[in-house]
Amino acid sequence: MSTFDVAVIGAGIVGSAIARELAGYELSVALLEARDDVGDDTSKANTAILHTGFDAKPGTLESRLVREGYHLLYGYADRTGIPVERTGALLVAWTTEELDALPGLKEKAELNGYDRTEIVGAEEVYRLAPHLGEGALGGLTVPDESIVCTWTTNLALATEAVLRGVTLLLNHRVLSVEKPVEEHETATILRTSEGDVTARWVVNAAGLGADVVDRLFGHDRFTVTPRRGELLVYDKLARPLANRIILPVPSSRGKGVLVSPTVYGNVLLGPTAEDLIDRTDTGTSEQGLEFLLEKGHRIMPELLEEEVTAAYAGLRAATDHQDYLIEADAERRYVLVGGIRSTGLTAGMAIARHVTDLAGKAGLPLVPRDDLPEPPRMPNLGEAFLRPYQDAERIAADPAYGKVVCFCERVTEGEIRDALHSPIPPAGLEGLRRRTRAMNGRCQGFFCGAEIANLLEADR
Amino acid sequence: MSETVTTLTPAVVVVGAGPSGLSAARELAPRVGEVLVLDRESTAGGIPRHSDHPGYGVRDMGRFMDGPSYARRLVRQAREAGATIRTNATVTGWAGERAIEVTTPQGRLLVEAGAVVLATGARERPRPARLIPGDRPRGVYTTGHLQNLVHLKHGKVGERAVVVGAELVSWSAALTLREAGCRTVLMTTEYPRPDSYALFSGPGKVLFGTKVATRTRVSRIIGRPCLRAVEIEDLDTGHRRIVECDTLILTGDWIPDHELARTAGIAIDPGTRGPLVDSALRTDRPGVFAVGNLLHPVDTADVAAIDGAHVARSVTAWLDGGSWPVGEGVRLLAGEPFVWVAPEILRPGDPVPARRRLLLWGERYIRLPHVVLRQGGRVVARRRVWWPVAPGRVFRVPTDMLSTVDPLGGPVTISAEP
Ligand SMILES: Cc1cc2nc3c(=O)[nH]c(=O)nc-3n(C[C@H](O)[C@H](O)[C@H](O)COP(=O)(O)OP(=O)(O)OC[C@H]3O[C@@H](n4cnc5c(N)ncnc54)[C@H](O)[C@@H]3O)c2cc1C
Ligand SMILES: Cc1cc2nc3c(=O)[nH]c(=O)nc-3n(C[C@H](O)[C@H](O)[C@H](O)COP(=O)(O)OP(=O)(O)OC[C@H]3O[C@@H](n4cnc5c(N)ncnc54)[C@H](O)[C@@H]3O)c2cc1C
Repeated sequence: MSTFDVAVIGAGIVGSAIARELAGYELSVALLEARDDVGDDTSKANTAILHTGFDAKPGTLESRLVREGYHLLYGYADRTGIPVERTGALLVAWTTEELDALPGLKEKAELNGYDRTEIVGAEEVYRLAPHLGEGALGGLTVPDESIVCTWTTNLALATEAVLRGVTLLLNHRVLSVEKPVEEHETATILRTSEGDVTARWVVNAAGLGADVVDRLFGHDRFTVTPRRGELLVYDKLARPLANRIILPVPSSRGKGVLVSPTVYGNVLLGPTAEDLIDRTDTGTSEQGLEFLLEKGHRIMPELLEEEVTAAYAGLRAATDHQDYLIEADAERRYVLVGGIRSTGLTAGMAIARHVTDLAGKAGLPLVPRDDLPEPPRMPNLGEAFLRPYQDAERIAADPAYGKVVCFCERVTEGEIRDALHSPIPPAGLEGLRRRTRAMNGRCQGFFCGAEIANLLEADR
Repeated sequence: MSETVTTLTPAVVVVGAGPSGLSAARELAPRVGEVLVLDRESTAGGIPRHSDHPGYGVRDMGRFMDGPSYARRLVRQAREAGATIRTNATVTGWAGERAIEVTTPQGRLLVEAGAVVLATGARERPRPARLIPGDRPRGVYTTGHLQNLVHLKHGKVGERAVVVGAELVSWSAALTLREAGCRTVLMTTEYPRPDSYALFSGPGKVLFGTKVATRTRVSRIIGRPCLRAVEIEDLDTGHRRIVECDTLILTGDWIPDHELARTAGIAIDPGTRGPLVDSALRTDRPGVFAVGNLLHPVDTADVAAIDGAHVARSVTAWLDGGSWPVGEGVRLLAGEPFVWVAPEILRPGDPVPARRRLLLWGERYIRLPHVVLRQGGRVVARRRVWWPVAPGRVFRVPTDMLSTVDPLGGPVTISAEP
């Protein structure tokens, strides 16, 4: 294989955004991913909130990149059809201490460049969120906090990267690194589970594995602690209960348990925050689920009467640092993008710009391309926008969009066919679920599981 | 709405072509004019289509037949009676009191009917709804998923299965597993006695060599990416142990497919979680009726089918210019050990319930129970019956027991005592 100008390790949201950004310049780029699909690790299992950054730590890199990323992703969503809804958030104070903390949070938001929060009394809290449990004392509104589809975001970024000419190398786990031995040699060899990949520059966006890869480059600057967040997804019939994001007052342990609508029309309850050792343990736990039910009971008791459609867990790449850890090493032609814990979905596109900037300053030649293709138009998975099963014109033109195969989520044969023939087709059922929502609904396959497995099989 | 939407105006639209919907259509078609049955599946027949074992048709057809034959026979009867059945037709929502929106490969439909019969059935709760923690491996199914896979798509499952549940449907799952070459190594039930399923646990043991662990729940799922084992817990001692398996079937634990009823804003019974109906199977929305397992999750197919036949009379009366009753009537409530009763409302002048039976769901085994009816704090009827209350099975109460109920005396609570 020829030598790439840049190899990006990790095809989560961050790595995909970086590869896409770099491909906007006259550079040959490889995107290496250990798994068989893009966006199969933390980027698939989060709370999917597009943060304004109102509660970030002022002055940090994270604060700046979240704020910038918010606007970048909003614009990008508009161009590519990623579903986003500006539901707004309501931060609820349940104790007098929490109530006393609200003015501080408002000031902090302003330090973070966000000045649209407002402190409201209990009456207004219940007007905004009538199904809230008893005992709320007041709140803070964050009108621009939004919900987004994390799967489509990751896929759109990776797809556009591929359309721009990036070589996507799935199933390529980086195992070791061979640094240039002689002075005149300029390329790094990445030894992967599927052979060697050579590149002049390497960007490490390996998420939970970023510290391990960093050590392969001879550094020893941080350790990733997987911090598990478990979540419950409630049935769509619960959606009228939660018309905006309900946030707790943050504590030192993190952002706490929230209730949020999803763009698919469900309601989320979570996440927990628990430090683990195993970086692959995305199972759910008895204590975690119990804890969520207890919290949910307080925040919105009616929610617990509804059925749970899914339970899952994501792992935040927590580190011993307070901020993102993004550093370029000009000598080794290497950029670390580490510790993107709980805001990477929002910040991803801004991180990509920042990384490109750093690499440019460290010597990566950046010549903008003038022949870029149009961004992809992604299939719509959002309930707030027209879905194929509702689109009479589209069904008239192609009956496959009128053949519903997943009844609960109303996914049509046409959408499944499109996903199977897209630039980055799914490797299996899980990937198909993220691209279409098939089998993500309340029956979890009781009716459609066998049919969908068949469609997938028939395509092989 | 765009011109690519086709509008249909049948006398009656039936949503769901399972035993209840097809039976309703069969009875209605000769009486009321155009009857349109819609089903989202590509073949009509409902759950019996993939329930490939005998046990169907006893009460409604007077025969003992297998599920697929039963389904085909119901479809033929409805067609012969003059009903139109459209498959691949998913009802997605409401466009008016009795108007529904439908997606089909032939286009979007708007169906404006004189009456709507909801016959959307019930499904088993999947793993997330049961809140079973652990890994999220492949190899975990509901019975519906399993039977679709094995009977309709001829797919493969594993070699060692644990079946959660020991009710009728659980044995149906075990039969399917056997056919697919998968051994059922253990069945679990949270209930205390397997002999409440005397009919099945005897032959079951002989047939499958399967053990039933009573008072047991699955406390954790283990294996990535494929199922390796489950952890089970003895509910009395709290003792836990690991059972190796590559297939887990979650059976029973039914929930009605009530989405259309709920999005219509139709009143829902907290016990069944299906629409609240009277003995004429009317919901609280004029011209909208409900039948089958949507109302009683779940009874056997023949009972669902008999609902269908029963509703035909009420639908006909409504189309003939009948009025829609307002006001509660006598509300029936489930008392110990029952969790639901159906139908839920009695009114003077309404037809007696289908088969002259009230249906109830019990959570505790009582061998020879006394059925007790209380109204206004007073016992108004008490009778010994010769069939048990058994978890996982519908308990039937003859409606002649209701003769002493005061139509103006408020709610009646039905319970059972040893
Ligand atoms: C519970 C939870 C809730 C969250 N909520 C939000 C939210 O509401 N809003 C928000 O903006 N953010 C949220 N986040 C954070 C967000 O999900 C992450 O910051 C983001 O997904 C990180 O993306 P990433 O690309 O860095 O990592 P990942 O998505 O984990 O991608 C890293 C990739 O690198 C690959 N990789 C690892 N090692 C190697 C190797 N050696 N060779 C090749 N490939 C390798 C992995 O397979 C993986 O695909 C949340 C996170 C969690 C866990
Ligand atoms: C594994 C198993 C084994 C069983 N074994 C037996 C047995 O041996 N004997 C017996 O008598 N009973 C048995 N039963 C029970 C029997 O299958 C049910 O009682 C019967 O199918 C109920 O009929 P129904 O008409 O109420 O609902 P269903 O048969 O569930 O039919 C409902 C129909 O509605 C359709 N539908 C739902 N929503 C929509 C929508 N929005 N748009 C269009 N269509 C829609 C569905 O596709 C479905 O076809 C078994 C059930 C199971 C799961």
